[in-house]
Amino acid sequence: MSIKVKIVSPEKVLFAHDADMVVMPGSEGDIAAMPEHAPLMLTLRGGVVDVYEGDVVMHRFFVAGGFADIAPTHCTILADRALKVEDVSVDDAEARLAALEKSYEEADKMNVPALDILMDKIQSARAEIEAGQSSIPSMSI
Amino acid sequence: MASLKELRARIGSVKSTRKITSAMKMVAAAKLRRAEARAAAARPYADAMRRMLAEVGRSVAGEGGQPALLTGTGQDRVHLIVPMSSDRGLAGAFNSNINRTTRNLVLRLQGEGKTVKILPVGRKTYEFLSRDFADLIIGHRHLSASKEIPFSSATELGEQITSLLEKGEVDVCTLVYNQFRNVMTQTPTEMQLVPLALPENDNTDNADVASYEFEPDEGTMLASLLPRNLQVQLYATMLETAAGENGARMTAMDNATRNAGKAIDRLTLTYNRTRQTNITNELIEIISGAQAV
Repeated sequence: MSIKVKIVSPEKVLFAHDADMVVMPGSEGDIAAMPEHAPLMLTLRGGVVDVYEGDVVMHRFFVAGGFADIAPTHCTILADRALKVEDVSVDDAEARLAALEKSYEEADKMNVPALDILMDKIQSARAEIEAGQSSIPSMSI
Repeated sequence: MASLKELRARIGSVKSTRKITSAMKMVAAAKLRRAEARAAAARPYADAMRRMLAEVGRSVAGEGGQPALLTGTGQDRVHLIVPMSSDRGLAGAFNSNINRTTRNLVLRLQGEGKTVKILPVGRKTYEFLSRDFADLIIGHRHLSASKEIPFSSATELGEQITSLLEKGEVDVCTLVYNQFRNVMTQTPTEMQLVPLALPENDNTDNADVASYEFEPDEGTMLASLLPRNLQVQLYATMLETAAGENGARMTAMDNATRNAGKAIDRLTLTYNRTRQTNITNELIEIISGAQAV
């Protein structure tokens, strides 16, 4: 028993394969999609999606926010931007984070919706840095 | 009657034109293939987005306080028109179709007493519309000059439209673009972006599935899905425009190459006839000269 997993970004399908479990970063907490999961739609925060086959993580993807559609037989992740964890560039993400933090400093503190969006982007950039750093040891092996 | 020298020059010039048009056709064909592949690659996301939106829409149907992107501002006074053309010409009627459709739409809406604002995308339509409707244009953008259209260009455009709507500066938003039917045919199409008609759920896999849970709740979900959906739709039309532009250019250049070939044949015929006539004349002169002696 497995589920059909699809990870798509606006530009292309990144990953389409069967898997036993997918752990994704929901905006209100991490969620695992498994076979026979009740239908659920959720928004994602920036973070790492782990695709399990058996008990082993076979693939890891970084997603910068998005949506997920979980159903008993399939799981579709619509990522705003997605890439393999190995491909995450810590330097790029740090540059982006610095720019975001600067614009947060300069932003109008009364404009709450805009600040929320900025905060989400900062969170996503931090998660990207973390994901990039976590992948370095595994690459050196 | 043109002299032989003039004819030779013209044949030469038409021949080089034919070389250029056939090269452009070849380039357009290669670009078209790439653009079509990109459009196909972007489809799964758009499909999944539509499915989710239909699902969320079904569960919030009838509730009040929905986002402006879905319901509009409740008024029908200020129309925003977003015509989308290519940045470059020499693509047959591709861009002039968009320009004509947009102008008719603007004049019709103005005739109905609406206020019209225009946000052109693509250099060609911007240049055309800024002649007639310069005072209506509230900004413009070009499609990316690079080979690939990044999703971020759709994001920026989508955010601009969303913020105009939230500030109440526009009530209705219509996109004018070339729908890509096939390489030969692109149909200028008006598509209403705001208020949005929620897609019907056409996914039969989910028909027997119990209704979805949402996290966070439906309203929040819808509020974050809608802007993204707008961007995805814009992105899809941008890709379609890129494919259509190259399809139209390919067709136009194919015709131009064929016409150039015909013109060369005709000119060559005239050239040979003229040459023959000249020779005949010279012979007659020589012979009659010889007879006179």
